[in-house]
Amino acid sequence: MNALQDPKIEGVAISAPGGKTLLRLLTCGSVDDGKSTLIGRMLYECGAVFDDKLGALDRDSKKFGTQGDSLDFALLVDGLAAEREQGITIDVAYRYFGSARRKFIVADTPGHEQYTRNMATGASTADLAILLVDARKGLLTQTRRHAFIASLLRVRHIVLAVNKMDLVGYDQTIFEDITQSFQTLAQGLGFASITPIPVSARDGDNIVARSTHMGWYAGPVLLEHLETVQVGPQAREGQGFALPVQWVNRPDLDFRGYAGTIAAGSIRVGDRVRILPNGQSSEVARLVTHDGDLQLAAQGQAVTLTLASEVDISRGDVIVSGATSARQGLELSAHVVWTSETPLRLDNRYVIKLATGQANADVVALHRVIDINSFEARAVSEVPLNGVALVTLRVDRPIVFDDYARNRVLGGFILIDRLSNETAAIGLVNSDALADLARASGWAEQVERRVIGHIGVAGSQARRRFLRSLVADLLVAVLLAGALGFWAGSLPVGLVLFLADLIIRSLVRALCRRWFRPSEGVSDGGGI
Amino acid sequence: MIQLTHLQKLEAESIHIMREVVATCDKPVMLYSIGKDSSVLLHLALKAFYPAKLPFPLLHVDTTWKFREMIEFRDRRARELGVDLIVHINDEGVKAGINPFTSGSRLHTDVMKTEGLKQALDTYKFDAAFGGARRDEEKSRAKERIFSLRSAEHRWDPKNQRPEPWSLYNTRKRPGESFRVFPLSNWTEADVWDYVALENIPVVPLYFAAPRPVVERDGTLIMQDDARMVLLPGEKVEERMVRFRTLGCYPLTGALESQATTLEAVLDEMRSSRVSERQGRVIDNDGAASMEQKKQEGYF
Repeated sequence: MNALQDPKIEGVAISAPGGKTLLRLLTCGSVDDGKSTLIGRMLYECGAVFDDKLGALDRDSKKFGTQGDSLDFALLVDGLAAEREQGITIDVAYRYFGSARRKFIVADTPGHEQYTRNMATGASTADLAILLVDARKGLLTQTRRHAFIASLLRVRHIVLAVNKMDLVGYDQTIFEDITQSFQTLAQGLGFASITPIPVSARDGDNIVARSTHMGWYAGPVLLEHLETVQVGPQAREGQGFALPVQWVNRPDLDFRGYAGTIAAGSIRVGDRVRILPNGQSSEVARLVTHDGDLQLAAQGQAVTLTLASEVDISRGDVIVSGATSARQGLELSAHVVWTSETPLRLDNRYVIKLATGQANADVVALHRVIDINSFEARAVSEVPLNGVALVTLRVDRPIVFDDYARNRVLGGFILIDRLSNETAAIGLVNSDALADLARASGWAEQVERRVIGHIGVAGSQARRRFLRSLVADLLVAVLLAGALGFWAGSLPVGLVLFLADLIIRSLVRALCRRWFRPSEGVSDGGGI
Repeated sequence: MIQLTHLQKLEAESIHIMREVVATCDKPVMLYSIGKDSSVLLHLALKAFYPAKLPFPLLHVDTTWKFREMIEFRDRRARELGVDLIVHINDEGVKAGINPFTSGSRLHTDVMKTEGLKQALDTYKFDAAFGGARRDEEKSRAKERIFSLRSAEHRWDPKNQRPEPWSLYNTRKRPGESFRVFPLSNWTEADVWDYVALENIPVVPLYFAAPRPVVERDGTLIMQDDARMVLLPGEKVEERMVRFRTLGCYPLTGALESQATTLEAVLDEMRSSRVSERQGRVIDNDGAASMEQKKQEGYF
């Protein structure tokens, strides 16, 4: 408790205004690896825990704490009553603190498998992930899963915090073995950096201050690394401009402005722009803000722009300029992280919300489900809560999108269940994944996919339709063949007729389906 | 490439949230509680919709126990900005004689704030209400979504919240359901003050130190704002140099002794403070999960 009176840390929590940068990070790892303890410890050591909250912590530690008589830092962050009772983190909690150099927003995400969706939510805005591993247990299934989700949502930087080093005698070999295994596991996950740090969150070793127990470790301590790591901008230089129109500002007949947050690139007054999806073009007349007009605006700014000519633009349209990779379409392939208790089924109806665009969406193909524990792909008929799958979606009006790898705003979306209104999935547009899948899979798998394409996935409406028509066909064929065979008095003739009828009718039906494919769901434009 | 500072990022995020509400909800309203967070919220809203006027009214749920200076400030700002201001008072509560002194803080808050708010939302059929709450204020707030869905009975279900990835908000709801929307979710107290200073945003003078008549009661300095506060035996009114870190009903808001008469002095004082801002709020300490429970019942 004496640290409170230490003048060094006093008031570090509060920043001076101006030029500080912001780092958004998430903490993840298995249950009981000490995530909440680690965050509580960082908040405490950065002076972000006020005296009255510490008083409450002292009270709560005695009631719920799992650390004997010492302060249980996890209780600083486990906020909901249910969480405090069960001693686990259920929901994403956001924490705010700062050091002399940076502001931090931390998403503390749950370790339990049933809350994977919450981890994906936390990862969606993070620049960096702290992945906790218990030094006694090494890498677990959860470690793989979290590394995979972080990679899927393109969190580029990983800190591998090997925690509870005090419980393994600060053993260097254990730390190095875990580091080695993680490097192997992370191959192909595409992280820009992996920084392993041996820590003890409970005692504060290598969190803010260098541990006196691990002289063999020469790398940065955790806070030092978070303060200095270069996360780089999400956008690349030279990327085209894109502004998803959020709201049309029409206070009177003389003013028509398009308000939105710039998703990519930058724009100047006078620049030529195109409007997607209708393809009209115009020129930027003004960049209007409350504090006066701007000449230049860039990614991340919430602006209102006006155009030199009269064009028809509404919410959901995207104003683009330069070499943009944003495009429009009615079909897109994407990874989805399923977030609803009701599994994804091909015949359920969804609404897609991508940037400011919205449309009705059908999942027309479920290519594979990825086992997030083993990274293996499996062909199945539905995706359960927390499942990750590669799907093709068809929407009922042109939607403007980009690959998630290129742009988080134009490549990230949610699917909303049209009946319950719940958020059913977090989606990431990935145009290359289908081609990769085709290349990677053998001929047997491709044949299987073709066949499934025809007969539908087990349990789907397509499969039921197929079975119904198959039964009907068989019945008709048996009757026909029986009648004709009896009339001709010959069993072989009946058999031939039976087969001929079955084959010809199936063929005709397949051809009809191919030529006159009904535009399912397109007529239904309501519910938005 | 323009590198935005963290305050510029927060500002853009809040503006994005406000526009999303106006673009997708039928009848939004902004809860205006007259404090510094409300001042920032209002300022951001003016920016978000410029050059249009505010596309929604302000709503103040008046418990009739606010500081007089707050009410003066409220009416003056509404006049200056030409915004539409609705003031709602729970008349049933007034008739029943509910007050923070004899009814207790809990009942007073339930009836005059929570019930009053629900009455107003129901009367005007608002389907989205902006609030200035921040996640750093309190533990259960830290887990609340930016778009917080409330049932037709205004209840919050903390265990069944929609995931909110990126800046994508699921704004679909059934008839009768509504959203409480928190554009300042990711701001901290320090960010709010830094922004007030940077943008020159007017705030109620009670945030700055001045000689004020206060009474020490249960270890808290309460300002005697009007004659309704009756002194208990042994109490006396003293003139002390005080200011307020948060503003609410005067009998429930503790003052702190301070010499900070300017914004710079307030910022300095806050930077070296070791107690949290809600510490002066009497209602928060009614049990560990107290705020979570109030929120489930419909409190902001």
